[in-house]
Amino acid sequence: MNNTELKKEILRISGVNVKKCMKCGKCSASCPAYDEMEFHPHQFASMIDNGEIEPLLRSDSLYRCLSCFACMERCPRGVEPAKLIEAVRLTAIRKQGANRMTADDVPQMLDDNTPGQLLVSAFRKYTK
Amino acid sequence: MQRIGVFVCWCGSNIAGTVDVHAVAEALKTESGVVFSTDYQYMCSQAGQDIIKNAIHEHSLTGIVVCSCSPRMHEATFRKTAAAAGLNPYMVEIANIREQCSWIHKDMLSGTEKAIILGKAAVAKVNLNAPLTPGQSTVTKRALVIGGGIAGIQTALDIADAGFPVDIVEKKPTIGGKMAQLDKTFPTLDCAACILTPKMVDAAQNENIRIYSYSEVTEVGGYVGNFDVTIKRKARYVKEDICTGCGLCTEKCPQKKVPNEFNLGMDNRRAIYIPFAQAVPKVATIDADYCTMLKTGKCGVCAKVCTAGAIDYNAKDEFVKEKYGAIVVATGYNPISMEKFDEFAYSQSKDVITSLEFERLTNAAGPTSGKLLRPSDGEHPHKIVFVQCVGSRCENCAEKGKEYCSKICCMYTAKHAMLIRDKYPDTDVYVFYIDVRTPGKAFDEFYRRAVEEYGVHYIKGMVGKVVPEGKKLLVQASDLINGKQLHIDADLVVLAAAIEPDKSARPLATMLTASMDTNDFFTEAHPKLRPVESPTAGVFLSGCCQGPKDIPETVSQASAAASKVIGLLVKDHLTGNPCIAQSNELMCNGCSSCERVCPYGAITYEEKEFRMPDRTTKLRRVASVNPAVCQGCGACTVACPSGAMDLNGFKNNQIMAEVDAICKM
Amino acid sequence: MQDVKEFKPVIVAFCCNWCSYAGADLAGSNRLAYPADVKIIRVPCSCRVNPMFILRAFQRGADGVILCGCHPGDCHYSTGNYYTRRRMSMLFSMLDFLGIERDRTRVEWVSAAEGAKFAATMNEFVEKVTALGPNKRLEDLRCKQ
Repeated sequence: MNNTELKKEILRISGVNVKKCMKCGKCSASCPAYDEMEFHPHQFASMIDNGEIEPLLRSDSLYRCLSCFACMERCPRGVEPAKLIEAVRLTAIRKQGANRMTADDVPQMLDDNTPGQLLVSAFRKYTK
Repeated sequence: MQRIGVFVCWCGSNIAGTVDVHAVAEALKTESGVVFSTDYQYMCSQAGQDIIKNAIHEHSLTGIVVCSCSPRMHEATFRKTAAAAGLNPYMVEIANIREQCSWIHKDMLSGTEKAIILGKAAVAKVNLNAPLTPGQSTVTKRALVIGGGIAGIQTALDIADAGFPVDIVEKKPTIGGKMAQLDKTFPTLDCAACILTPKMVDAAQNENIRIYSYSEVTEVGGYVGNFDVTIKRKARYVKEDICTGCGLCTEKCPQKKVPNEFNLGMDNRRAIYIPFAQAVPKVATIDADYCTMLKTGKCGVCAKVCTAGAIDYNAKDEFVKEKYGAIVVATGYNPISMEKFDEFAYSQSKDVITSLEFERLTNAAGPTSGKLLRPSDGEHPHKIVFVQCVGSRCENCAEKGKEYCSKICCMYTAKHAMLIRDKYPDTDVYVFYIDVRTPGKAFDEFYRRAVEEYGVHYIKGMVGKVVPEGKKLLVQASDLINGKQLHIDADLVVLAAAIEPDKSARPLATMLTASMDTNDFFTEAHPKLRPVESPTAGVFLSGCCQGPKDIPETVSQASAAASKVIGLLVKDHLTGNPCIAQSNELMCNGCSSCERVCPYGAITYEEKEFRMPDRTTKLRRVASVNPAVCQGCGACTVACPSGAMDLNGFKNNQIMAEVDAICKM
Repeated sequence: MQDVKEFKPVIVAFCCNWCSYAGADLAGSNRLAYPADVKIIRVPCSCRVNPMFILRAFQRGADGVILCGCHPGDCHYSTGNYYTRRRMSMLFSMLDFLGIERDRTRVEWVSAAEGAKFAATMNEFVEKVTALGPNKRLEDLRCKQ
């Protein structure tokens, strides 16, 4: 799939209208995982709008998102960046063999600092 | 049967160039009702008009068709000509054979053919025309201004200046509105009170102005030129004409714990109070919700200390009925509630305040006597964060914010930031913005001064959340230009809250049958060309009730509304447009369909007695159109299921006759 | 049988006095040509147009009917064109059901400044109606002279 098709697919999966974004950055201001992410919630909205999907698909940010939905809750325009991130992630894992790690790798990643939310969200994102 | 004269104009070669005018005149001669038909070089010239006048006399014409330029051009001319010859001006119809025929067609044959058809349509219409007389109504030469803020004051002063009496109805105990609460005004930094209070005094002293403070409009009837308004004068328990405003009662009142709304609840006042030193009228008011005497019957301190004897605990609400020729709405705005914006911790910390609260905090007459101190502990804040667009431009949170831009926040935030940096250079000021919007005279220069001269940190991005921790407020925000997330430990957070129309506007609009948009702003008659008039005749708009506005714009609109009111009040009689809806009472079934589509509220219902075929009488509910209010759009005529409603000048059978003439096979 | 090549449609255009009629005048002042088949009837507001008028036009042999009004939100009478929009969308779908093709009916918003739009709209509309040929669906032969 090329970028145009990917954009269409992501917008279809997420059901988000990225054109509503007024680029205020409140999503990224609310994001608790901001420093962990290479691309931030507001960048997801604008990059998807610009059709720059490939860099997003390759990015680790997809797996850093906590799915806490703070960005969705705070967005004044109802853009729902979390749904966009989720849609990009789905697009990535729908490509064969694109799971980032196996289930067996997970226990080694855990330490005391890992928030419980991350664990729940990580398993939710896991597919066989 | 009509006797119609047809007059075909050549308009030099403008029409005659592509339309065979003789052929048109000849062809129309045989139309039903036509007794005379001619053509002439310039019908609108004096000689041309004389031809029409003579023909009216010679052939005893009852109707006229002029085939000429657009009716938007010369309909009025030919109507006057007809009237001068003793014919009802509404018996004239124009066939537009210039703009809509000769000028767009190159071919003589098709041009002539079309001109004949347009002429036939006009003749068919005139055959069904009836003489119309515009209704006349008198004008009550007194205006009502609802709302006593800067908009209402300015409007009232301008109307009074022209010599017309005007009443201001203000629901608070004093006029002055929001502007009285402001500290400085952008972009010149004049002190708001210094420029407002002289106007308030002017209004109080002007013999043409009567101020009904602590009053509300409860009922509006009538129509343009003749409104009947009921004003409720709320009981203030102090005789307005006796109270000298000495303020002794407000010092002696034992009930000290009443939140002071003038300072937005940041300090307390007594149960008997004068809102602020320059209040107009300067009389005390007892707050019945807090007064011990009114609640328990035991106290009476204010009555004891009042040397003038102005206190009256037995006062009751009074209702005043008054007639007005014009009504100006100047109900203003309020900042929206911040309670729902949890992320900014407004309800959790006293140090998160709105911009209007900030105005009081820096005002010399405010709760801190103008010293910038934190509301929580009275300490001087060293790091202040301003958040713009809180609740403005908020599309998907209708229950929280507003979709529109509140217009004034960018400028007053720049002003606040500048004032802080000016008074307290050791204070760091951050402004988080989405866009800085400065369209106004000397506005952008003002904003740039805040950045360049006063060193205010403008950061593009929004604040995500504010967390109170100890004495600090942890602000988490994004810096979009630098691609960073910022964490600032601020001492004070100021929210630029969106503004919304005052809550009293919606019920008022219903009383006035004035239309409103989905945000409860009053709509104007035309967004560009009639911006200060409501579509409802005789109702005018001034200030923020029509849309967010700053002070210069509000004052301009206030004066514009005043000039419109003066233009109305100088008339002794109002001549209506006779092309208005008319209901055939015999056919009307009283279903209210027409009433519901009327944008002006011109249709009312009355119970009328009708004689039935069997000689009994029956009471029926029928529609009646107020000719002074109806503007003649015709929406009701189509909504009417029984065909009782028709529009004079554009009657159903007239338009149908035109259709038939055009489609004649 | 009429020769299709020489078919001249009969088009009735209802124009509101405040926007579209002025737009048509402007088209004339700018000498922007459109076919002579279009005959304009002036009404105070597009909401004055009773569906009955349109049915009558088709009954009396009109081949197309177009209704022009102010842009939504710009109505001189504030809400008239909203009624027009609603009424006509119902009427046109009913006419479609009766076999009066969608291209024979149209609502267009033309402001007083849009002379060029008025002419372009009329050209386009006439072209479409001409392509459809004469309207025979509602024609009432009793009206034929």
